[in-house]
Amino acid sequence: MGKQVARYALLVALAMVLSWLESLIVFPGLLPGMKVGLTNLVVIFALYRMSLRDAAAISLVRVLLVSMTFGSAYSFAYSLAGAVLSLAVMAGLKKLDKFSILGVSIAGGVCHNMGQLLVAMAVLGTARLGWYLPWLLVSGVAAGTATGAVGGLVVNRIKPGI
Amino acid sequence: MKKKHRGDLLLAGSILLLAGVLLFLFRPGGQGAWVVVTADGAEIARYPLDEDRTVRLGDDTDYNILQIAGGAAAVVEADCGDHTCVRTGEISREGERIVCLPHRLIIQIEGGDGPVFDASAG
Ligand SMILES: [Zn+2]
Repeated sequence: MGKQVARYALLVALAMVLSWLESLIVFPGLLPGMKVGLTNLVVIFALYRMSLRDAAAISLVRVLLVSMTFGSAYSFAYSLAGAVLSLAVMAGLKKLDKFSILGVSIAGGVCHNMGQLLVAMAVLGTARLGWYLPWLLVSGVAAGTATGAVGGLVVNRIKPGI
Repeated sequence: MKKKHRGDLLLAGSILLLAGVLLFLFRPGGQGAWVVVTADGAEIARYPLDEDRTVRLGDDTDYNILQIAGGAAAVVEADCGDHTCVRTGEISREGERIVCLPHRLIIQIEGGDGPVFDASAG
């Protein structure tokens, strides 16, 4: 039990560091408050080395903590929508077993952005934000490739149940 | 493993292809004719792009100063937290836009014959 808590704490801490890092990255195609989704690295690690339930728990704790620490009015809704959609799709694709961790992570990165776009559309009361879609797709693929590549290395190096 | 990598490549490739097609479809047009202001999803004002003016949008606590000058529009001042709207700079071509998410405001350039592209219409 103590070991479990320690592992959770470690992953959440890592996710917080990544959140801080991504707050420094300004991607031109993103709407204010949107994040590129580097924290998917931690989620994908949890998904491949722990379980879906662990990944969901870590993801949720991360969203709550980050919103309290560097959050603005919309960042909570953004992060939550991005996190939920991305985790759901990644879990589904992992189960499908047609893609490697890289493909799963790319899909997660793209869905992370789609979730945020949907929230922005709801906030602005318009579907017109479809303009942002191309850039969100590109940045999602870029972030997903980065997290998938690193995630793949980490998952292969670290034995299950550390 | 090899097969999965082909899956990854196909996935990334098709997403990027879609992005490219969308970028082409949403490309800005020529010099626009109207500056259309939308707040909370409803159009609140429309100014000709060729008439210089400065307008204060919003109320005492949430405002954006819209300046139209020399055939281009820009938000020159705002009290939103992120100032993305101000940093967007000048817009003048059909389909270009400035978004202020904290104030739920969109300022868009339209042509003489209505919008070039309206994502809500398809
Ligand atoms: Zn603004």
